[in-house]
Amino acid sequence: MGPLFKMGFFGEQTGLVLAFLIGISFGFWLERAGFASSLKLALQFYFRDMSVLKAMFTGIVVCMVGLSYFQWMGWLDLRLVYINPTYLWPQAVGGLVLGIGFVMAGYCPGTCLVASAIGKIDGMAATLGSLAGMVVFAETFDWLAGFWKSGSKGVVTVPEWLGLPSGVVVVAVVSLALVMFWVAELLERRFAK
Amino acid sequence: MGLGLTLLLAFYVMGRGLGASGAEFRLVAAGEKVISTEHVDHNAYLAHYAGGDKNPLNAWLVYEVLGMMVGGLFSAAEAGRLGFMVERGPRCPRGRRLLFAFIGGCLMGFAARLARGCTSGQGLTGGATLALGSWAFLWMVFIGAYATAYFVRKQWI
Repeated sequence: MGPLFKMGFFGEQTGLVLAFLIGISFGFWLERAGFASSLKLALQFYFRDMSVLKAMFTGIVVCMVGLSYFQWMGWLDLRLVYINPTYLWPQAVGGLVLGIGFVMAGYCPGTCLVASAIGKIDGMAATLGSLAGMVVFAETFDWLAGFWKSGSKGVVTVPEWLGLPSGVVVVAVVSLALVMFWVAELLERRFAK
Repeated sequence: MGLGLTLLLAFYVMGRGLGASGAEFRLVAAGEKVISTEHVDHNAYLAHYAGGDKNPLNAWLVYEVLGMMVGGLFSAAEAGRLGFMVERGPRCPRGRRLLFAFIGGCLMGFAARLARGCTSGQGLTGGATLALGSWAFLWMVFIGAYATAYFVRKQWI
């Protein structure tokens, strides 16, 4: 039963090796899906090429459904899976600013690394910027600490917050994703050259 | 499909998802530690990662991100997409592109730490686990990006 690491199937050192291997898979599929191309990523925001958005939501949905399925089959104990704690205000503001930075840089903090690895000089510039931004954050942390901790709701999921069974939310998200894919196709046809 | 299955594998094997910005920050923390251990120990945020005896680079995320770069390299090499270039739209001079990449990067680095993650850690991972804050983050990213797209359009189209 998973998660294997938390069930004691192997130790921390092996975990680090697995991190590297899982990372290889992650990076491979990211590049395959076109995430290492700033132009392709940016065109999502002009409705010219929606393939990256589709790939991202497919990934989220496949994993989300997979997690429910594994739980249902008794292969995974979801209570042991790490779920990001919610800090509403910094996550919302951070998201907004990241979005602005994303369309300017053409990458996000992860994709700029992959892009740099394959020779994209703009990716390297974005990476340097990203590191610089993080230095600024660390150095101004004393002023930001209050805001950074605000809006804390602990570990809460969307189904819990809505008071709905998670199965219902999963079905809703899959439906939403399908609608989004259909709309994306329409937009692409309208705007792409 | 590969993305979702890799993420699922991470959850099944480790009980956690993927990420990226944390590894970059660990590099920052390591760098600052080399410059001044005292500064790191006295900064609440840095100390968490690199205070005292802690080695910020000996972490799951760091190895994952190293793998990510190798994996991306394999994929690009296999498809013939390797090569030095400044990727940009048809109307954008190289210099402007690099400047925007840097500035955009600064915004993102700051924002990712504020939000406790980036599109990988909060978006993909948090999204798949239906974490409330992560979903809020993801939608705000799209709002921020779509709202700003018009103003930087000369860079891309």
